[in-house]
Amino acid sequence: MKAIAYLNQFFGQVGGEDQADYEPTLHEGTLGASGLLNSLMPHVEVTHTVVCGDNFAASHTEEAIKRILGFLEDKEFDLFFAGPAFMAGRYGNACGAIGKAVKERFGVPVISSMNEENPGVEMYKQALYIFPGGRKATFMKKDLEVMAAFGEKLATGQPLQCASEEGYYVRGIRHEVFLEEPVMAADRAVAMMLKKLKGEPFVSELPIPKMDKVTPAPAIPDLSNMTIALVTSGGIVPSDNPDRIQSASATKWGKYDISELEVFPVPDYKTIHAGYDPEAADTVPDRVVPLDAMRAYEKEGRFKKLYDYYYVTVGTGTTQGEAARMGREIAEDLKKAGVDAVILTAT
Amino acid sequence: MAKEIERAGFTITTMCNLLNVAKSMGNNRLVQTVSVPYPLGNPQLSKEEEWKLRYHRVGVALDALTKDVEGYTVFPVKI
Repeated sequence: MKAIAYLNQFFGQVGGEDQADYEPTLHEGTLGASGLLNSLMPHVEVTHTVVCGDNFAASHTEEAIKRILGFLEDKEFDLFFAGPAFMAGRYGNACGAIGKAVKERFGVPVISSMNEENPGVEMYKQALYIFPGGRKATFMKKDLEVMAAFGEKLATGQPLQCASEEGYYVRGIRHEVFLEEPVMAADRAVAMMLKKLKGEPFVSELPIPKMDKVTPAPAIPDLSNMTIALVTSGGIVPSDNPDRIQSASATKWGKYDISELEVFPVPDYKTIHAGYDPEAADTVPDRVVPLDAMRAYEKEGRFKKLYDYYYVTVGTGTTQGEAARMGREIAEDLKKAGVDAVILTAT
Repeated sequence: MAKEIERAGFTITTMCNLLNVAKSMGNNRLVQTVSVPYPLGNPQLSKEEEWKLRYHRVGVALDALTKDVEGYTVFPVKI
């Protein structure tokens, strides 16, 4: 069988974060991580590798998809691999969006790997085979082995089991299967009910996915008497980073006094976020936290007051659990301060 | 993070680049930003143009606070 692989600029050997705007290219054969993938699959040949920068894929998703589908139009392939994307949010998003488009256009299975905390999992697990992966690139070999093993399985036509047995994230697709020992559905349901009544463990045949949604907070039709706070996950901090907020996988947040500031002075403030090229943010921190624009609206009387402190953490590699905890802590602080509403900027 | 702040009762507008991610996270009021490294600016623009862009998008975010929404809602920007 033939396969095509998708990699970002790091793993496609273009360069680091400074190359994140790299436009999609198609390469004959393998390069970087796709070479290892190829070597792990005796029955599958990786004939081409697509490389695209994470920023380009994130900011010009439609364009990236269009160009990549164009590259693949005249190629023969049976499988498409994307990633592994570990916990890299932009990369996971790109693998998912491009993988989904490839699957829809060419009807081939798409195999990826992402850490469970990668937002790409939630967004694309229904469309692709996404296997649980490590948090960072040190898991490259391990994650590729998992992807390769499944690719081999598809290539050699072995029968597939359900998601929990194959190991990929549940896609929510139901297949009809014949049980080795036939027990009719009514009997299985009654058996399950009896177990439930006795308080014994049982496995549902129809798990209902839970989606954690928050009811939208009510509109504030008139802001003129309201205090608004700025919150960011973009990592803008006083340049000495007094609270030692981590540049990635943050567990800390800070609040800093802006009551005397009209704009963020340079170089007194900068970003410590390790997930994007800091050049633009360090030159003008207001590009990430729009203090100047908020001051302008405050002066116009659009709202009463910009709260004296802004809140900051770093949103790269940060787990959803930590982000939620920091969100709750910040909310508590905002309550004490009598803040009415929030503008949050994310990078 | 935005979700927990909203859960605590604050009306909040999230300004971000990857709308799909925000959607999957359950954010409600959203305004799209320019890019990841410069959400509310663009080094390729003149200072005046950049200011206009930032002022406009922050204005849309403030407007969003004044509007009731049922769920995931993106407030469109003009620049």
